[in-house]
Amino acid sequence: MGIFDKFQPLAAARRALAEKGVKSINVTMEEIISPTEAVINGRRTILVGTNNYLGLTFDAECIKAACKALQEQGTGTTGSRMANGTFAGHVALERELADFFGCRGAIVFSTGYVANLGMLSALAQPGDVILLDADCHASIYDGCRLGGAEVIRFRHNDVSDLEKRLRRLGERAANALILVEGIYSMLGDRAPLKEIAAVKREYGACLLVDEAHSLGVLGNRGRGLAEEVGVEESVDFIVGTFSKSLGAIGGFAVSNHPELELIRYASRPYIFTASPSPSTIASTRTALQILRTRSDLRRRLWENARKLYQRLTELNFRLGPEVSPIVAVRLSNPEEAVLLWNGLQERGVYVNLVLPPATPDGGALLRCSVSAGHTPEQMERICEAFTSLREKAQTAQTGSTGVYPPTRGGSA
Amino acid sequence: MAGYEKLLKELLDILKPFAKPGQSLQEQTDLVADLGLDSLRVMKLVVEVEDRFDISIPINILPNIRTIRDFAVQLEQLLGEGH
Repeated sequence: MGIFDKFQPLAAARRALAEKGVKSINVTMEEIISPTEAVINGRRTILVGTNNYLGLTFDAECIKAACKALQEQGTGTTGSRMANGTFAGHVALERELADFFGCRGAIVFSTGYVANLGMLSALAQPGDVILLDADCHASIYDGCRLGGAEVIRFRHNDVSDLEKRLRRLGERAANALILVEGIYSMLGDRAPLKEIAAVKREYGACLLVDEAHSLGVLGNRGRGLAEEVGVEESVDFIVGTFSKSLGAIGGFAVSNHPELELIRYASRPYIFTASPSPSTIASTRTALQILRTRSDLRRRLWENARKLYQRLTELNFRLGPEVSPIVAVRLSNPEEAVLLWNGLQERGVYVNLVLPPATPDGGALLRCSVSAGHTPEQMERICEAFTSLREKAQTAQTGSTGVYPPTRGGSA
Repeated sequence: MAGYEKLLKELLDILKPFAKPGQSLQEQTDLVADLGLDSLRVMKLVVEVEDRFDISIPINILPNIRTIRDFAVQLEQLLGEGH
């Protein structure tokens, strides 16, 4: 039994969830109808938790490009970028990414997770020091761990805490690597990047920004938060993913540092995994062209984001601190979250159920992510589902007891 | 540089709110097995200790800390190194 003992707490947590009516927090998409609809548990369901921000997964041009690559180049590369897995498409995509970001170079990785693992493990090694925002994604934490640098957390979005910790480092601050995200995946809030870039410059540290959730979402050209707040010159590395706005799978890093090219040779997650398939690369290249030219998608995405945020605020749900395509409904306990999550699914709406310890503050989240692909009718149905659940809860609320009492909306 | 005994005393003071009702804290008290701290509460504790001593505690050292004594020893070392 020995090696399995450690799973007992997990088994107990799953049993406890099952008693609350959750068989599994991950659902099976039985049939995919569109970027915003699927069949789940036999029910046609609007998807409001896919990170498919521009809704490109069914774009006709992307599919055509992927099919052509599949026919011409086969189903997979069957090898690492470092060996036989670099096709002309991978090189072309790197060139196009560098051009899009106005950077000297780019590296394509197999997933967004691998991009962080690959960059951080190579960049920050024993003797180096990393300062990361406490709410950074698991891939960032894991990349840090793989590299073996000293890792110091600063309070989420707290520039004075970051500055204090840089000051404590003394001369070592000049060798520090600061890690933040453009938009944080759980609450949808942005990093105070302008201020962070100023602190970075003052101490001579390096700055890496993960734009996974902000690529195609922020900035005039869709390059992310660094573009939006005008600090691209101060950002040493941008990491991102193809699995959100670009509707495929894969990851990348861009930089003006010529040393980026050397990271290929120092990055185990780059060297020891197979490269993205030709069809993935082909659809990603097409999606990047669409992202560059179709600013109307970004406008529609933000219209939908504002609509959902506003309606949920009016319903007195406690949300993330700012309007974003990630609209997080913050609940005080898992029971409340599960009740609401089940209710939404019964009404044909799927959102992400996020339970501790994956949540930033130990609470529970119903994490919604809207898409440019959501039609006004779908947005209305999503809002109606939340409204009907809120009304049901308020009806059930007699005196001081309630299923989930109204809370103040709009602030963290 | 603060002495071990003084650090231990301060640490025990910070840890008081983390103890279960009626539980007495000793050097050998295990943060996970005895206090039942999960990862979120461990991070909360770390932030409180960082504030109290005005230091940054690298998360890499956390796997080396099981007991209150381990924590005090690590703290003594960090304060000596000037984090």
